[in-house]
Amino acid sequence: MLTIKDLSVAFKTRKGEVNAVRGISLDVGKGETLGIVGESGSGKSVTSYALMRILDAGGEIRSGKVTYGGIDLRAASERDMRDIRGREISMIFQNPRAALNPIRRVGHQVEDVLLRHAQATRQDVKAKAVAALEAVKINDAAARYEAYPFELSGGMCQRIVIAIALACKPQLLVADEPTTGLDITTQKAVMDLVGDLASERGMGMILITHDLGLASQYCDRIAVMKDGLIVEEGVPDKLFTDPQHAYTRKLVDATPRLGASIRNLLPPEMRGPEPEHKVHTRPLLEVRDLVKTYPGKAGPVHAVKGVSFDIKAGQSLGLVGESGSGKSTTSEMVVRLQDPTSGNILFDGQDIATTPSAQFMRHAMRRDIQMVFQDATDSLNPRGTAASAIAEPLARIDRIRSTKLAARVSELADLVGLPQPLLSRFPHQLSGGQKARVGIARAIALEPKLLILDEPTAALDVSIQAIVLNLLVDLRAKMGMSYLFVSHDLNVVRLLCDEVLVMKQGEIVDRGPTATVMDNPSHPYTRALIEAAPQPPEPVAARTRKDHDHDKRHGPDARSCARCL
Amino acid sequence: MADLTVSQTPSASARKGDTTLGHIAYVLKDNPVTMLAFAMLAFFLGCAFFGPSLVPYDPLATNAARALEPPSWDHWFGTDNLGRDVFSRVIVATRLDLTISVAAVALSFVIGSILGGVAGYWGGWLDAVLNRFLDTIMAFPLFVLAMGVVAALGNTVENIIYATAIINIPFYARLVRAEVNIRRNAGFAQAAKLAGNSDLRVLAVHIFPNALPPMMVQVSLNLGWAILNAAGLSFIGLGVRPPTPEWGIMVAEGANFIVSGEWWLAVFPGLWLMLAVFTFNLLGDGLRDIVDPRKRT
Amino acid sequence: MNARSKMILGRVAQAIPVIMGVVVISFLLTRALPGDPAAYFAGPAADEASIAEIREALGLDKPLFQQFFYYIADLARGDLGTSLTTGQAVMSDLAARLPASLELTLVALLLSCAIAIPLGVLAATRPGTWVDHLCRVLVTAGVSMPTFFTGIVLIYVFYYLAGIAPSPLGRLDFIYLSPPHVTGFYLIDAALAGDPETWLGALKQLILPATTLALFTLAPIARMTRAAMLSALSSDFIRTARAAGLGSRKVLYGYAFRNALLPVVTTLGMVFSFTLGANVLVEKVFAWPGIGSYAVEALVVSDYAAVQGFVLAMALLFVVLNLIIDIAYALIDPRIGLK
Repeated sequence: MLTIKDLSVAFKTRKGEVNAVRGISLDVGKGETLGIVGESGSGKSVTSYALMRILDAGGEIRSGKVTYGGIDLRAASERDMRDIRGREISMIFQNPRAALNPIRRVGHQVEDVLLRHAQATRQDVKAKAVAALEAVKINDAAARYEAYPFELSGGMCQRIVIAIALACKPQLLVADEPTTGLDITTQKAVMDLVGDLASERGMGMILITHDLGLASQYCDRIAVMKDGLIVEEGVPDKLFTDPQHAYTRKLVDATPRLGASIRNLLPPEMRGPEPEHKVHTRPLLEVRDLVKTYPGKAGPVHAVKGVSFDIKAGQSLGLVGESGSGKSTTSEMVVRLQDPTSGNILFDGQDIATTPSAQFMRHAMRRDIQMVFQDATDSLNPRGTAASAIAEPLARIDRIRSTKLAARVSELADLVGLPQPLLSRFPHQLSGGQKARVGIARAIALEPKLLILDEPTAALDVSIQAIVLNLLVDLRAKMGMSYLFVSHDLNVVRLLCDEVLVMKQGEIVDRGPTATVMDNPSHPYTRALIEAAPQPPEPVAARTRKDHDHDKRHGPDARSCARCL
Repeated sequence: MADLTVSQTPSASARKGDTTLGHIAYVLKDNPVTMLAFAMLAFFLGCAFFGPSLVPYDPLATNAARALEPPSWDHWFGTDNLGRDVFSRVIVATRLDLTISVAAVALSFVIGSILGGVAGYWGGWLDAVLNRFLDTIMAFPLFVLAMGVVAALGNTVENIIYATAIINIPFYARLVRAEVNIRRNAGFAQAAKLAGNSDLRVLAVHIFPNALPPMMVQVSLNLGWAILNAAGLSFIGLGVRPPTPEWGIMVAEGANFIVSGEWWLAVFPGLWLMLAVFTFNLLGDGLRDIVDPRKRT
Repeated sequence: MNARSKMILGRVAQAIPVIMGVVVISFLLTRALPGDPAAYFAGPAADEASIAEIREALGLDKPLFQQFFYYIADLARGDLGTSLTTGQAVMSDLAARLPASLELTLVALLLSCAIAIPLGVLAATRPGTWVDHLCRVLVTAGVSMPTFFTGIVLIYVFYYLAGIAPSPLGRLDFIYLSPPHVTGFYLIDAALAGDPETWLGALKQLILPATTLALFTLAPIARMTRAAMLSALSSDFIRTARAAGLGSRKVLYGYAFRNALLPVVTTLGMVFSFTLGANVLVEKVFAWPGIGSYAVEALVVSDYAAVQGFVLAMALLFVVLNLIIDIAYALIDPRIGLK
């Protein structure tokens, strides 16, 4: 149905031309779902904008051919393209709230598309718009029709975007990271909806995502992109079990999944033995009945409703929850950036909640509790170098100066694997992974006893995430720190944490040793979270099949085969 | 370690130049108008510093024999009704007009930054009080408030500076407040607290410097506006008094001769005034391009 | 709708402390006069007896706190004192001259919006081209021109050189009679009276001063329109609209422009502030009988009651205008008041 041949796209920038897409070929059959998977900068989104011919200013299709149902999309006039967009090929985007006109009722936005493509008349347009909303399973569609985007949740906005895209019954849907930024249960609901609608209508789909696990679950075929090229294409099982290209293998390895250890995330040549960390029985942190209530416009907001938990010395505790669960508020109270409304935080037996957060920087225990922030970019002062960021706690709390300070900073850089020359760089000159290392170096500079990790890898590509997680494991073993690891990603928590807490709406709903909670979830919410997380095919299957192949070749007794040993 | 493969770039300082200076050069090349603005700024600064010692005539010396002469080789901009050289007066006035605007803008910059920083960082009732105060100042049409202040405090150059500073404070206070407010919970501010910085230090050392680029744009635009304001006040007879050469007064004096065709009395000081304001406005615009992150790639 | 009317009421309530602040500042301005305020208010030609009389009339012998209440009481009665120059109550002087100023300001703003908004859209749809640069230089030149200078140049060119403009003296040439007073706006009153000649005469007088003011206010409106359009055009919802195949006209006007209008409406408040201030200068240049020229004349002869009355009147006018802008904004933007 759609054929892309040798497509190249270039962008003009001040540093000259950037070839975002460098000659890729793809095709999508009727009713087929194709996944395009790649990390940031791989050119996966640009490909979709190019085929829709909605590239940003400066972007240009250099060569190649895009045909849809026999029509040459590159040669088509802008007028013809406008007829094709929305009626033949539709698109949905990430960040659904921003993807809707903020000051227009959502029903009218659906109507605009229907009227544009002559799918409705003035008389029946409203009925058809409501029907389009109902088609994406919006309850009480007639009432939602009148709503503005800001009145709806993120998941609901994404349904509206899908309703707009599907209102004219297109044959092909391009979904560009449709669930990035949505909670995991919402992600599952949205993806299931899109998948069901596609198969109901026999609609082709291109799913663009950074998440190999997600793509493997919903796609018939997956193309892996890197630096503007397709490095490998195949059915999901095949990609996972028998990746041909080194990059695909790296990506498959780095995708956290059941049964893998944290070292498995790394490429085989970088895997070492996983270091042991020692968990003492002595509790380091005891949180008792912690409550945080904010004054809100419509009455008080109960962000955290009396949570209690312990972290033993050397232990890693995972704190899992969706947005609004209170997990970040809890961690900020523990690290003493926020004051609890009530409750105690005992650290080494001493209640640190009694010192207001505004004075806590002079507290003797300031050095013992540090934090790695969620967004490494945001956590570094844009006007300071990497070295100055790492030096800050040393200079302010340890009061060390000049050469001694410089020596300690470079020592820390070595510890987190940050090359020395990068120390004099500013944040915007560093990559995401490098910024994450700077953030970690700063947090461990004072050798804290407890490190709070607030989604430290949420903004990183999976291959970088793999490296950062392994670094954290190494540091934990080396320095004996306790971790409070805040995350929405159960698969990551499983790899790193000894125990886990599941939070929902300010309360802890489930807790226990990680393996117990994850493998036999007792609470329905935990079960829903685990089920919603995409589970990529297990590479174990690969081993079995290889064994199988091997058996066929050599017979059951294969000891003679040197290659297999 | 894939993310480290780009680390071979030899020297960090070379890269810094590549991004900061390189960006400025890129914007200037892209925007010849901004380059022109920088050249004009240099010219006006030259006039302010060296003008009084270079002009051909004493700006105050009258010469009844040569009154109301049109522009000529002797008097480039002609002479006024008292025979004073318009060119010399226009050039000499540069120093006074620039001094007024720079002093006023500096005052409002300092006061506005402190008020805005405190309100933006701590919020709460401080913020509410400041907002009410600024609303009250902004509730006056600003030139009218300046008129009222100068009329009340007395007709002197210092009072023009104070009046201009007062009406500019809200711009700085609001700008700093907004810039500080969006950063007060930024990761780097929180990290600075964890590193043992007090709130005041976080505000002054970590957050405030990040607000400086948009402030510089505001400073540039305001300098032009302050000149206009001071000249306008002089035009209606407030502030600087004759015979002191000042652009606004000269236009006011020349206005009486326009309807009889002696255009040079008002037009040259007016043009000069306009050029000065134009320079600062273009400069502010150009700085905005340099600062605007959306133009950065 | 209920939430919105509540919001509008709330916004009106917010204006009250501002008005109180304005009154306090204008009171302080009257009392901050260096030297003896009574002597200032009595004027330069007053003798000892009349100064003492003024001092008593103003309550200047009382403590400051008490003086403030006298001031408020006077204000409540609409008493702003008596002008030395006209011998009339300042209040009635201002009331008589206000329509002239308002007519000039509003016509200038309409003219300015009519030019600046299309210009901003034009520049935003062609960023970085010569059209964009030309727009920028033109509007920057406009805002850099001191209004009093622009006015003088326009008079020189169109009155002295070309001879096509009427003499720059007031709202109507002496050959016409003022239209019967209904609104005080000559254009409206003449139209109501069905008098096209007077209407045309009033328009001719109005063109130069209105152009002068409009040139000055082009820049903020055009710039804000351009910036708001650029940011609206680069937002995600425009991409959605384009991907849904909506026509470029619909995308540009139905989606981008409506969103861009919101910040432009907000800027109008600032523009009003500029215009009302510049009004004073323009009225002086064109001998326009509004409250601005009244204040300038009063300044020259140190008629302080008139000047302070003028400052207060301008501030109150501006508060009302801002209120109207805010309410207009709330009516355009569904997000206000419903959050």
